[in-house]
Parts: sequence; C-alpha cells; structure tokens
Amino acid sequence: MLKINNLHASVEGTEILRGVNLEVKPGEVHAIMGPNGSGKSTLSSVIAGREDYEITQGNIQFEKEDLLDLGPDERAQKGIFLSFQYPVEIPGVTVTNFLKTSINELRKARGEEPLPANKLLKKMREKMGLLDMDKSFLSRSLNEGFSGGEKKRNEIFQMAMLEPKLGILDETDSGLDIDALRVVAKGVNTLRTKDNAIILITHYQRLLDHIEPDYVHVLSQGKIVKSGNKELALELEEHGYDWLKEPAV
Amino acid sequence: MEALKDKLESSFIVFENELNGHAQTPVHQKRRAAMQRFEDMGFPTKRDEEWKYTSLKPILKHDYRLFPNEENSVDFSQIKKYFLNDVDAYKLVFIDGVYSSWLSETTHERFDVCTFSSMLNKFSDVANEYFGQALPEYEALSSLNTAFAREGAFIRIKKSQAADKPIQVLFFTTEHGQEVMTQPRNLILLEENAEATITERHQSLSDKPVLTNSATEIFVERHARLCYHKIQNDNGQASLIDNTSIRQKGESSVTLGTYSFGNRFIRNNLNFFLDEEHCESHLDGITIGDDQQLIDHHTLVDHKVPHCYSNELYKGIYDDKAHGVFNGKVMVHPHAQKTNAFQQNNNVLLTDKASVDTKPQLEIYADDVACSHGCTIGQLDDQALFYLMTRGIARREAQALLLYAFANDGLRNVKLPELRKKLNRMIAKKLNVNLDFEL
Ligand SMILES: Nc1ncnc2c1ncn2[C@@H]1O[C@H](COP(=O)(O)OP(=O)(O)OP(=O)(O)O)[C@@H](O)[C@H]1O
Ligand SMILES: [Mg+2]
Repeated sequence: MLKINNLHASVEGTEILRGVNLEVKPGEVHAIMGPNGSGKSTLSSVIAGREDYEITQGNIQFEKEDLLDLGPDERAQKGIFLSFQYPVEIPGVTVTNFLKTSINELRKARGEEPLPANKLLKKMREKMGLLDMDKSFLSRSLNEGFSGGEKKRNEIFQMAMLEPKLGILDETDSGLDIDALRVVAKGVNTLRTKDNAIILITHYQRLLDHIEPDYVHVLSQGKIVKSGNKELALELEEHGYDWLKEPAV
Repeated sequence: MEALKDKLESSFIVFENELNGHAQTPVHQKRRAAMQRFEDMGFPTKRDEEWKYTSLKPILKHDYRLFPNEENSVDFSQIKKYFLNDVDAYKLVFIDGVYSSWLSETTHERFDVCTFSSMLNKFSDVANEYFGQALPEYEALSSLNTAFAREGAFIRIKKSQAADKPIQVLFFTTEHGQEVMTQPRNLILLEENAEATITERHQSLSDKPVLTNSATEIFVERHARLCYHKIQNDNGQASLIDNTSIRQKGESSVTLGTYSFGNRFIRNNLNFFLDEEHCESHLDGITIGDDQQLIDHHTLVDHKVPHCYSNELYKGIYDDKAHGVFNGKVMVHPHAQKTNAFQQNNNVLLTDKASVDTKPQLEIYADDVACSHGCTIGQLDDQALFYLMTRGIARREAQALLLYAFANDGLRNVKLPELRKKLNRMIAKKLNVNLDFEL
C-alpha cells in the first residue's frame, strides 16, 4: 500500500529525513517511536503532502502511484489521513461545515454525489457516539478552544467520518487521560479492516497495549535505525533509546 | 475634474430654470446654498486629509451625461436577480434616476414608502424639517448631491409602527452609449418607536462607466429601530460614492451593514450622529476586492452625549491589485461620559500587490469611557490551509472556507434570512467557489 524508498527531506537547507525506508501493507499496523526531534512528525507531514519540506532524494508510493507529485488534497482523496500532533484551530468554521465540505469533496473526487444532509448528520451522530463525544462539538469552531484531549478525539472522529485507507496518527495518545485513551483506541480498532492500514507515532507503550502493532520501528536522526515486532516497544520502554545509538559491532 | 465641475454648474442653472415656481421654496434655498458650497470646495483632491488615500481623478475624467434624455425601459426579467428572492417586500425602483412605478411596490397606508419627489410635493413640512439636516456641510460631494436633490426614496415609518415587510431600494442605470452620472437622494425617517429593515443597491446595466453620487439622510427618533443594508456589488465599470448620514435620538438603535464586493471604485462616507443618550449603533462591513478595485470606507461615529454604545466591525479581503481604505473616526466629546465605543478592522491580503490603508482615529475628550480599537493586516494561515487540504479540500475551496470564516462575523447583524442567503451566495461567487456554507 505505502512504500517509502530512501526518502531524504530537508527544510531550509537542514536535512531532517536522511534515507527513510518503510513498507506498509493492507491490514497492518506499524508503530513508529523515537526521540524528540528525530523526524517523526516530519515524516508524517511529508507523507500527507506538506510543501515546506524539500524532498532531495527518494520517493513515496501509495498503491503503486507516485505520491510526491500530488497535493495534500489529492493525497487525501487517494485515502491518506493524518491525525495531527497539533491540530490547527480554525475559528469561524464549524465542525459540521468543515466535515460536510470535506466529505463532499472526497465524494466528488470519487465521482459520487454529495451526501444528503440527513445522512451526514446520522453518520456524525453515530461516530460521535463511538468516540463518546458530546454533540455540542458539531456547532463549535473547529478545534477552537478545544482542550488538548478534545482536539485529539476530534481528529479520530474525523478519521472515523472520512474512512481512509491509510491513517497516520501522530501522537494521538499524548495528552489523553486513561479513559480517553481507551475510547480513542476503541475507535481506531473499529476502523481496522484487512484493507486499511495504520501508522501510529507514539512515545508510549500504553497505546500499544490497546492497539496492537504488527511492527515497531525506531526513527532516530532521520532514519529508521531498528525495526521489530511489538516486543521492541517493551524493550524501548525499559531501556530508552540510548542503547540504539551505539554503533553496531 | 474641472470640466465636470463646469458641466455640473451649468446644468444646475438649467435645473433651476426648470423649477419655475418652485425656485423659492426652502428646499431649493438649501439646494442653492449646497451648490455654492460645492462650487467653493470643488471636488476633493489628495491634498484633502479625508482623501489622501483615494484619488477621484480617474473617475472624474469621463464625460458623463448628467440627465439621460432618452428613457430606457427595463423588463422585470432583466433585473429580477438584483432583488431579494422569495420574500415579500416593498420596492422602490429607479431607472436612470427616474421612478419606475410599474417595478415598484409602495404604500401610504400605515406608513409611507414612496419617492423623494412626492415627499417634496406632498409633505413639505417633512422636507422643511429634515432635508439637509443630517449630511454635514463640509462634505463637498454630499453638498453636490443636495444641490441636485430631486429623486430617490422616501420612507417614513410612523410612530410605533413596524414595517411589515422589508423595503428594497434599487437604482438602475441603463445603457446610453455613453458615460452616465446619477445622484439619487434618499430620506428615511423612523418616528418614535418605529421599526424597519431596508436594503439599498445601485446597479449599472451598462458597459460604459457609470458614476453614482448617492446621498441618504436617516433620522431615527426615540426608541426606534432600524436595520439598513447596503449591497455594493456593481459591475467593473461602475463607480459609487455613497454619502450617508444618520441622526439618532434617545434609546434608538441602528444597524448599518455595508457589503462591498463589486464596482471599479467605491467610496463610502458614513456618519453617525448620536444626539441623545442611550443610543446604540452598529456598523458592519465586509469588503472583498480583487482585480484593480478600489474600495474606501470613511466612517464617523460622533458621540456627543453620555451613555451611548457604538460597535464597528469591518472585515476586508483584498486579492490581485485591489486596494482598500478604512478610516474610522470615533469622536467622544467632553460631555459624553460613559460612552462605549468599539472599533475593529481586520484585513487579509492575498497577494503582494494587494494593499490596504487602515487608520483608526479615536478622539476621546471624556475620561469615563470604555473605548477600544484594533486593526490587523494579515495573510492566510498556511498551517490552517494545509490542515484543510489534508481533509481532501482543494486549495481554492480551503482558501474560500478560511476567508469566509474570517469575514462572516460581518454578517452578525443580518437577521433577514433571504438577505443572509443572498450575501452568502455573493461571497461564495466572489471567492470563486461553490460552497454551501450554512448547514
Ligand atoms: N519547518 C521547520 N523549520 C525548521 N526546522 C524544522 C521544521 N520542521 C521540523 N524541523 C526540525 O526538524 C526536526 C524534526 O522535527 P519533528 O517535528 O519531525 O520531530 P518529532 O520526531 O516529531 O519530535 P517530537 O517527538 O518532539 O514530536 C526538529 O529538530 C525540528 O526542529
Ligand atoms: Mg512530532
């Protein structure tokens, strides 16, 4: 589904990603861990199509198609979704209007008619129920004044509404209390099918207790320095990242 | 400029001669005095403090025909789209400055919705009491309008009456094969405890440059409530100078919205004079300019007495080489204690070539007041744009969504649903998107 080959990305002349390789197949869950500043958010932004980064080498393919020529909107239309580490506040655009626009733009790209308002509302109510969200959020400005945890929940709510093929969750667990974590994990798990895939960026093992990954990768200084199964996450939890930095003998 | 001035002066003489017996009326005395003022002041130039950002030169260079001689007829089907849809309303329609009774819907029943000329004929007491009493004499352009004042809207809502339907005032200019200048004149009077919603629009049906120098005097008596909305969405050849002055008596409330999307050139001179205590005044504006549009808002809120409240919110979006001006003057006189005056002007520039001059001008001579102002000039937020685009929304739509979100509190006092819808549609069209914003 997603194939990243030797990806190098820099911003203002500083190289941040230095040769990332990653392959994600349908049905898989990949966790990416790694120290602060190692490039995790950069990687997710580059996959989603952020234009501030210059790709100096390598490529990204999504369902065998080159992604790098596509804008963020076109990538979303192909089925890529990014849950932001820091969701942006957009005053004046209500959650409802935003989702309505988003869903209908995605449908338009697939050649479908706009979703009738009543169906849209029904779907919104259903997904909000799943995520234990109050429906008063619908009429609020997008993310404006939302608490940290509410913003994260709202990201997963959007993911549930948009039903992407590939969901990238950038530290969606940070800032969530234990109950919220469980609710969000439940939300994510119900979206898991054999056809879609998830990349979880996280610092904590506790999320992986709820959403079990097939693979765990460690990103350090712009490179994946180690990959393994879920046991690797436990090891990291215990020993930190330092032991990885020592040159392999 | 001089050529046009000469032309206006000589046509004033022609106008006077046509008046025959009416040349001695108090109204005409006021016209004559106004003409004298205009002759003395002339057209404003960039040397005038109030005109330093805006030159009239390109507008005044044309050889305007002042009184179109042939009468063009207009079919309702041609102009239907300029009316509010799906709402029963009183209508005052003028074609090339002449009242069109077959396109209008007037009343004299419980209140008056008719023409300025019939007011002059029928209600000389009103004319003598109110005509020329709101527009300041130092304004050259409204003086010019006063000199030629003879046709436009007259609306009088009598004591404790509420207009049962909104009132639409529309001025059309038709094709005459040459440039045309018109000077509509309106007088609006809300007596004690009266209520009305009025919309005003000037629309050119011509491909040639058209200049409208409009003037409106509004008197709002005690406890009366007025919502007045100006839709400025004319074609790219049309220029509009709008002079509007409002006098408010105690406990009255006025909302005045100015929605400027079209025209080659717009200058608004909007004055609020708060004459008695506990007045409430709301001034809202949304301006969206592109191409080479020049849109200039000059506003004045004159707090002469204590305990009044004014709130001004103007939002501006400028694309291409468009230029905007916002000059908001708030005067708080020494006696006007406990004044609450707020002003906000926020702008977004979409290109390097677009520009805006924003100048809040608060002159506060009382000490026990709550006044604030703020002006901002910014760009679209890239982060927000990226966020929306990652949800599948194309750049143009994402941009429009953000701009709409930025501007739409300028509609906060538009209560009439049909008008809201119309303005929303105009905004979407101007932003070049097809978004169904309100769910
Ligand atoms: N637009 C930018 N301009 C300058 N530096 C940037 C920019 N974006 C990212 N960086 C730098 O790139 C590095 C990687 O940042 P990134 O946000 O990808 O890290 P991260 O792994 O997500 O960290 P965290 O765990 O703290 O979220 C950091 O040193 C950061 O300062
Ligand atoms: Mg990060």
